[in-house]
Amino acid sequence: MNINSHSVEVRDLDLHFGEVKVLQELNIDIHEGEFLVLLGSSGCGKSTLLNCIAGLLDVTDGQIFIKGQNVTWKEPSDRGIGMVFQSYALYPQMTVEGNLSFGLKNARVARDEIAKRVARAAEILQIEPLLKRKPGALSGGQRQRVAIGRALVRDVDVFLFDEPLSNLDAKLRTDLRVELKRLHQQLKNTMIYVTHDQVEAMTLADRIAIMKGGKIMQLGSPDEIYNRPQNIYVAGFIGSPAMNMIEGRIDNGHFAGHDLSLPLDGYEFERTDHHAGPVAIGIRPEHVLTGDAVETAAAQAEVEVQIVEKLGSDTLVHSTLGSLNLRFRMDGLSRVTEGDRLRIGFDTSRASLFDAVTETRL
Amino acid sequence: MTLADTARVSDNPVRRPKQLFRNLSAKFASIPMILTALVVFVGGTAWTVAHSFTKSRLLPKWDFVGLDQYERLWNSNRWIISVENLLIYGVCSLVLTMVLGFTLAALLDRKIRFEGAFRTIFLYPFALSFIVTGLAWQWILNPDFGIQGVVRNMGWESFTFDPLNDPDIVIFGILIAGLWQGTGFVMVIMLAGLRGIDEDIWKAARVDGIGITKTYVRVIIPMMRPVFVTALVIIASGIIKLYDLVVAQTNGGPGIASEVPAKYVINYMFEAQNLAQGFAASTMMLLSVIIVLVPWAYLEFGGKKRG
Amino acid sequence: MVDATSPTAGRILEGPRGSKPKSRLSRRNIFLYGTLLLVSIYYLLPLYVMIVTSLKGMPEIRLGNIFAPPVEITFEPWVKAWAEACTGINCDGLSRGFGNSVKILIPSLILSISIASVNGYALANWRFKGSEVFFTILIIGAFIPYQTMLYPIVIILREIGLMGSLWGLVLVHTVFGMPILTLLFRNYFTSLPEELFKAARVDGAGFWGVYFRVMLPMSIPIFVVAMILQVTGIWNDFLFGVIYTKPETYPMTVQLNNIVNSVQGIKEYNVNMAATLLTGLVPLVIYFVSGKLFVRGIAAGAVKG
Repeated sequence: MNINSHSVEVRDLDLHFGEVKVLQELNIDIHEGEFLVLLGSSGCGKSTLLNCIAGLLDVTDGQIFIKGQNVTWKEPSDRGIGMVFQSYALYPQMTVEGNLSFGLKNARVARDEIAKRVARAAEILQIEPLLKRKPGALSGGQRQRVAIGRALVRDVDVFLFDEPLSNLDAKLRTDLRVELKRLHQQLKNTMIYVTHDQVEAMTLADRIAIMKGGKIMQLGSPDEIYNRPQNIYVAGFIGSPAMNMIEGRIDNGHFAGHDLSLPLDGYEFERTDHHAGPVAIGIRPEHVLTGDAVETAAAQAEVEVQIVEKLGSDTLVHSTLGSLNLRFRMDGLSRVTEGDRLRIGFDTSRASLFDAVTETRL
Repeated sequence: MTLADTARVSDNPVRRPKQLFRNLSAKFASIPMILTALVVFVGGTAWTVAHSFTKSRLLPKWDFVGLDQYERLWNSNRWIISVENLLIYGVCSLVLTMVLGFTLAALLDRKIRFEGAFRTIFLYPFALSFIVTGLAWQWILNPDFGIQGVVRNMGWESFTFDPLNDPDIVIFGILIAGLWQGTGFVMVIMLAGLRGIDEDIWKAARVDGIGITKTYVRVIIPMMRPVFVTALVIIASGIIKLYDLVVAQTNGGPGIASEVPAKYVINYMFEAQNLAQGFAASTMMLLSVIIVLVPWAYLEFGGKKRG
Repeated sequence: MVDATSPTAGRILEGPRGSKPKSRLSRRNIFLYGTLLLVSIYYLLPLYVMIVTSLKGMPEIRLGNIFAPPVEITFEPWVKAWAEACTGINCDGLSRGFGNSVKILIPSLILSISIASVNGYALANWRFKGSEVFFTILIIGAFIPYQTMLYPIVIILREIGLMGSLWGLVLVHTVFGMPILTLLFRNYFTSLPEELFKAARVDGAGFWGVYFRVMLPMSIPIFVVAMILQVTGIWNDFLFGVIYTKPETYPMTVQLNNIVNSVQGIKEYNVNMAATLLTGLVPLVIYFVSGKLFVRGIAAGAVKG
């Protein structure tokens, strides 16, 4: 194993607050120049992990390497990281320029070098006109740019982002998301990004680590996470609206449950295709076929429409099939109404099959 | 774990720093706090309690006499009067400051004009010392020139209002001054509590057709329970310290009619040169604080753990 | 536009419309302002009486009514209170007590606030094992009657040679101001966003760097609140002053009490009231100048405590 190709390595990391195990046996390798997103709901330990990498929290056990150097017990400022916070955390009494140069002054960088780096960061982030202002006089988007700039001037290899866009309104969030992506392409730094927003995760990440209860549930590219979730938790977490989960058994190459029989010919089993115990099949709402496409499907069923949500671009239908609730998407112009009976089809090649007991992918 | 990893763990160049030396500046900066807490508060109190079981007089001496000092204390007429006075003053002061303080706060909270002016007037005595308060009221209650004198001069010769020279009511004379000084403070706490209540509660009560007084009694006051409790604890711990006011206003007189425990302690420790008696009396004061505070602390923090 | 001749429009125009008529002298208002004015008189009366008494000559006081304004205004009592009033053998007035109080106040203020603010900062941002335990003891200590600690402090001050000196009293004020001030600062620093502290750590600032460069500039209001709290508290102190200083170093409150309550000589009520007002002047000025901050200070100290 060539350790130099890894920018950040986390080895067997444990963090306990008294009896509570916040992080357990965590291992991640983050490549040079990679954009890694730590994704999970609140309390999953994603921000805690980021704070450990930054050195803002003392780990209970394990090691952290940055650029091959063991930094487990180093001060945050000596780790070669820059960090951007959710609340921006700009020093209110300093000007933008003061905010950008504070870290460099602490590191006793020469004055002309500071000026050079501040100017460069300001140029990249297009905040030159703001340099003499105080944070109080800036808009939310401008503040977040300054916060990014503060990481930028440090000229470090690893950027840490702790939910940087959460305090911004929806429109600005989208804009800054694109800008962050551009910044990453331009700088090619390693970036570790914590968020609970799956759209941010899917659009920004090279790889996503989905966390729950201080453990990593799956680490993979957005494509893998979305299409090949490794367990029921990840399957349910990613995708909005959530994946339909149908419980049943595998019977003679078919999934059987809730009066449905779905042929599994097209499904790529990762482990075994002869699973005797109970299973669950997950089908995303967008992979339920409606309209003319139904005829091409190997398995079909008739559902009763309960609630119709018009989203403009498409229509979300909540329906029942016997005792089973099914959600699926239809075209934005479709005219279904509550009470309609509708034929739908299933494409099992894009479904996910899980062992219902261990909750892992089959 | 691969072999390479194991090797890396063993020649890890960065040692885990010693626990004692981590965060050293913070520990260094906390030395005054630690010294105060341990030496003065814990150590000092323990020392005093321990020496209350001795017969120290002019100088502290370690000759144990058991509960002798306490026996003398509770046989002392002056101490009994002190405790009675403190009880009367304490109960009256607690009830009246709470009721008046809340009423004033509620009146000020009715979106009135000149709220700032009224608040300034009600609170200014709190900025003054007990000495100033005591001397001012000593003058107003002066029998010859104060309220009694003025009323008598107006022709009502038999009018009598001389609390500071009447042993039976002298403590109420002190109470008048105490209330004048402290009620504004309770009002401010209550006002802060009232302002902390969601405006929507008032709107909901109005929509439900509940009258103002009824809303206060049934909705607002129960919601302000924590504020009442803190106010109570603060007033109570202030009452037990009652000393300066008495010294300034009556100096314990007439006779020993307005003595209070804090004064008893100081007289015995620093004037009568009977240290152990003072220590025993102060231990009794400590005990009464514990009796008041422990149930409160238990109710407040006992059930749930707070971080 | 609504056609005024239509039947519905008529109905609209008949009913209540526009702002509700209010009478300024409603019964509610008479009760409300009446009560407040009455209470205000109770609160203002002592101040008024003190002022008018201090401006009268003794003959006028003996004959007249304490509530009556002075017939002839004289500042003689003020001059006498400040420069000539006697305590024991010293007859140089309250000016000496004032000087002592200032000499006690300023170092106490600086020492207690700097120590407590650093303590509060350490407790909010740099917790270490046991820091909360010490803090809890400190807060419980605030409820212990001073009387149980008075004598041990005498011993400590004697041992370090500060008994009876101004610096001994400074130390005492620093110690007893610590619980409330530390609480005040700890709560304030805890309320600041934690991310700011983290950002400063990433930027390489250490314990003192974060304190002086980041926290301090953001905390001016709370320092002002702490100062108000301490100025009034220390200035108004009597108990510590009377125990830990000697006649030459008595603070103003102690000297005032000795002047007014001295048994010798004839009572000069006008001088007494002038002296009382002089002693109350410093906290009163602080109170009227600081206004909202004073209220904020005592409310913060109380509600959170």
